[in-house]
Amino acid sequence: MKKMTLKAKQSIDALKRFIEEKRYAKLYNRVQRVLIGMRFTDGLLYKIIIYALLISLAYIYLYPMLYMITNSFMTMSDIISVNVRWVPSSLNWENYRLVWTALNYPRALLDAFILAAAPALSATVSSAIIGYGFARFRLPFKKVLMGLMIMSFIIPPQITMLPMFRMYANYELLGSIRAFVYPAILGQGLNGAIYILIFYSFFRMLPKSLEESAELDGAGRIKVFTSIALPLAMPAVIIVFLFSFVWYYNETYLAGLFLSGSDMLTLPLRLEQYINNFTSLYPEGSRARELMQAVKLAGNVLTLLPLLIIYFFTQRHFVESIDRTGITGE
Amino acid sequence: MTNRNRERLAGLGFIFIWIVGYLIFTLYPIFYSLYLSLFKVQMDGADLLLTYEGINNYRATFLSDPYFVEILIQYVLETIINVPVTIVFALIIAILINQNIRGKGLWRTIFFLPVIITSGPVIAELMNQGITTLPSIQQYDVIGLILDNVGAVIANPVQALFDQILLVLWFAGIQILILLAGLQKIDRSTYEAAMIDGAGPWIAFWKITLPSILSLITVCIIYTVVSMSVFTTNEVIIYIRNVMMGESTPAITTGYGYSAALSWVYFITMSVIIVLFVVMVNIRKGVKS
Repeated sequence: MKKMTLKAKQSIDALKRFIEEKRYAKLYNRVQRVLIGMRFTDGLLYKIIIYALLISLAYIYLYPMLYMITNSFMTMSDIISVNVRWVPSSLNWENYRLVWTALNYPRALLDAFILAAAPALSATVSSAIIGYGFARFRLPFKKVLMGLMIMSFIIPPQITMLPMFRMYANYELLGSIRAFVYPAILGQGLNGAIYILIFYSFFRMLPKSLEESAELDGAGRIKVFTSIALPLAMPAVIIVFLFSFVWYYNETYLAGLFLSGSDMLTLPLRLEQYINNFTSLYPEGSRARELMQAVKLAGNVLTLLPLLIIYFFTQRHFVESIDRTGITGE
Repeated sequence: MTNRNRERLAGLGFIFIWIVGYLIFTLYPIFYSLYLSLFKVQMDGADLLLTYEGINNYRATFLSDPYFVEILIQYVLETIINVPVTIVFALIIAILINQNIRGKGLWRTIFFLPVIITSGPVIAELMNQGITTLPSIQQYDVIGLILDNVGAVIANPVQALFDQILLVLWFAGIQILILLAGLQKIDRSTYEAAMIDGAGPWIAFWKITLPSILSLITVCIIYTVVSMSVFTTNEVIIYIRNVMMGESTPAITTGYGYSAALSWVYFITMSVIIVLFVVMVNIRKGVKS
């Protein structure tokens, strides 16, 4: 009897252990499923990693912006104080007022917009025409021509800059907006090759049938382009215009060269000039220079603000740009 | 006129403005600067006085210019380190926002911000204020650790990378756009098939994702090298402009001729870097196939 009970007890114990193990296994499975998911990419652990990475990378991208904005509101005592790092003790608009009047902001902004919009518009129109030409027609030496175009993107502006400078000086284009508009009209200029390639790949994606049937109805090539291809290419038009507007707005290297000494200046250049003038008034390490840090940042915010506003209204186009234009096609 | 010729003519009509523009604003300046780089150029009012120098300008860039070679080497090392970092981060970010995440629009808005904040003075200002480095990197003295363990030749560019890590990441705007578009084009069913065959996400990345976007990575590399090389705060181009405007005085000669020679040396250096990167990325493909 005793033996029997012992055996039974043993087997019951074994059974218990077995059940216990099963339960743990089940639990383990469930934990695994929640954390890692059936195929990893739907588990909780995975989600945590993704969001942690996203948040830390977003922090890297936003950090300078936040720094710029908070510090631009600081008073001199805030900048010097060790207690104030992120949040200024009060919203101090004085820095903005200073830059606003010194730059004559509304007027400077208008200039900057004209300086960016005129070349951007010219570049959009010309690259649409040129891109269509490359995309739709059998051309002699097409590959060579496109190779040359890509080369023009790689060549640094330092090479072409000095002959252009001479050329502009000869034709009295220096200090005039035409120094940027003329190359843009002819499909050259700042990043010209990129705009043409965007239109090129977009037109290649469009089905030919519509244009062919219009041609059968007797429409000429130009008519087909303006009334059928171009309206269909509206996404590409918007994108090219936005990109070129932003790039021309921010351009300072060539603008500094071609526009120096004229009244028309881009906003970043004007700010730079103002800061240089201001800092030269005060000796190194003086209090006024310390204050200048905040004023400079306020100026930078004012320079970027118009672009940021444009970006928030049009960011859908930036974001969808590459999908819709099929830049990735080639 | 045959149909074929008529089409060619129409096509030429469309690209006519480009050909004209290319001749005036690209080809002519290229040859003119190549020509000038062989001369000592002096300004005489509005005219140029040319004295033939042969390759003396080029010799001077390497032999008697006290600054140029130094900043050029610095540029090469920095580019070689920064470009892969930019591409890897762009790829990571593109893969992250291509996942099934909440608030896609918000994340995209944040990560495409660099596309619009590319203005030279603003970036220069951020660099001055030391915002382009992350505080924690300085706090833990990562750089000191690296400096102790490797020679200065490697340590200096690495330090430069950490000093400007934010700046380097900010160059990734357009690249993220391009890579993201490429990722979205990959067929989901390819991944599903791979999963059924037992491939995890890690293997799927190397066997499916990377090969499909390799050509786009090449595009991104070219774009990154070019945009970094012509960016306003790049020291080499600042130096070239100063030489051209006669603001700095290198040993032998100033002015147009010498700065043209500098630009050509710079361009060739840049092209070599691009070719090296492109070959390196595509070697893998060659081995595989």
